[in-house]
Amino acid sequence: MLATAERCAHGVRGEAGDSAVVAARNLSLQYPTNEGPVHALSGVNLDIRRGEFITLIGPSGCGKTTLLRLMADLEVPTSGSIAVNGKTPRDARSERSYGFVFQAPALFPWRTAIDNVMLPLEIIGMKKAERRARARSALTTVGLADFENKFPWQLSGGMQQRVSIARAMGFSPTILLMDEPFGALDEITRDNLNLHLSALWTASDLTVVFVTHSIPEAVFLSSRIVVMSPRPGQILKVIESDLPRVRGLAVRNDPRFQELSVRVRDALQAAHSYE
Amino acid sequence: MVALSHAPTPEPPASPLGLWLRRRLPVLSLLVVLCLIWYGGALYLNAPRVIAQLNSTAPGWTFSSFVEAAWSMKRPLLPAPHQIVGELLRGLFDAGVLSPRNLLYHAGVTLGAAACGFGLALAIGIGLAIMIVHVKFLDRALFPWVVASQAVPVIATAPMIVVVLGHLGFEGLLPKALIAASTAFFPIAISMVVGLRSADPIQIDLMETYNAGRLAVFTKLRWPAAMSFLLPSLKVAGALAIVGAIVGELPTGAQAGLGARLLVGSYNGLMLMMWAVLIMAGALAVASIGVIGLFERYVRARRGGRL
Repeated sequence: MLATAERCAHGVRGEAGDSAVVAARNLSLQYPTNEGPVHALSGVNLDIRRGEFITLIGPSGCGKTTLLRLMADLEVPTSGSIAVNGKTPRDARSERSYGFVFQAPALFPWRTAIDNVMLPLEIIGMKKAERRARARSALTTVGLADFENKFPWQLSGGMQQRVSIARAMGFSPTILLMDEPFGALDEITRDNLNLHLSALWTASDLTVVFVTHSIPEAVFLSSRIVVMSPRPGQILKVIESDLPRVRGLAVRNDPRFQELSVRVRDALQAAHSYE
Repeated sequence: MVALSHAPTPEPPASPLGLWLRRRLPVLSLLVVLCLIWYGGALYLNAPRVIAQLNSTAPGWTFSSFVEAAWSMKRPLLPAPHQIVGELLRGLFDAGVLSPRNLLYHAGVTLGAAACGFGLALAIGIGLAIMIVHVKFLDRALFPWVVASQAVPVIATAPMIVVVLGHLGFEGLLPKALIAASTAFFPIAISMVVGLRSADPIQIDLMETYNAGRLAVFTKLRWPAAMSFLLPSLKVAGALAIVGAIVGELPTGAQAGLGARLLVGSYNGLMLMMWAVLIMAGALAVASIGVIGLFERYVRARRGGRL
């Protein structure tokens, strides 16, 4: 019952507000396969407001990555509609409104760290001096100023992913889409990067959409947690966080953190019971 | 203590010569074994003619005079290694470099044709790969032909190329370069098709998020990703271009080039000359591949030591 109530409160908002950074309406995506169509996403309604940190969490196959890729125009919906910054995802992409961070760093091994960060700036045709300055400041933001001339294989996994975040931030997008960016990293590196990311978010008016399947990560980072369930991929519950915007690792000891974790876990249990 | 005994024992610092010897020991020892077998083979293969000759000229011949004669025949069936080296040195130093009697002159002619063929092969191979990778229709249309082209022996196609081009008024370098290119383009085309497709799907998606056009995806992702496939294939292509150029010199009735010398040697039964030419061709291939290796090292260094 609680789940339904919360879905009404946050998941489905009658009309898309003008301030919505992302507005999904009855969004569905099916893949045709030999065994019939797979409903990767079914009837999703979601509004994301400016400056929010939204986490999409759920078991594999729940469509969280698909939803993110739809926002990025890397997939095309079968039905329903989605708007990014009030435009179609394609227009938003061609205006470079978002930066995308993938599961793997996807750095080009033949480029140094700074050359990797400059890649998108080269593509948009920025002048050489400006893109170097921008790339340098982006690398400084992620704490890698001293590593700009290292090649990817000379950096640790965590450092590589930080370079890829710097690369995504290069042309100052208003939206950051992150697809399980820290999933392959060890716990300590992950904590460290979560802290970095949280600081980056609080210091800017960035809107972040973050896919994960880690409950502590979701609770630590988010202002709102969207719990999804598989077959068909859909939104099960949306949980608003009442934690302060500026957070340190100590926030995990906060009783509210514990309580949010329990609520997310319960919702995920429900997601599994759908199977 | 048991573990300690496995620790590498510190060795006295070796002299450069010692180091060189140690590194080259496998190839040197193989060379020695090969020479021994060769000398034995020369005795066996040359024996019938040597014995016939000795019987008529020196009826009281001994084993040592037989060996001496078998290893120093003017027209041996299998010349001994030192004879080949001697012939090679005579070929290199007896006449001026620009004289048709100098092997270097012929090697230069062949190298010229091979280099032109290699250049053509680069253009054809890379061009084909770009078309195959970017146009689905061409992938299906061209790829089988590219593969089939290599099933036809170049020794069969070479005379046809020479005759047809000769009829059109092209002689000398162009037919040879084309024949060299016809074999050398293959490893380049194949490696580039694989290399241009080697980019990670995630890297392609990344370029997509930048709204990058096809050209940017090609120049910034596909092309640099293909380099680690292209560079090793260049060595194969380099060797093939030299073989192709030599084969191209066989039917042209060419006056110059290693292929022409090979033909002269085979018509006149001059095994010694043929061996010298073969070794020259081998040296040419090794040198060319060395140059390609230098280029590879340069690219590698620019990428921080990795391809």
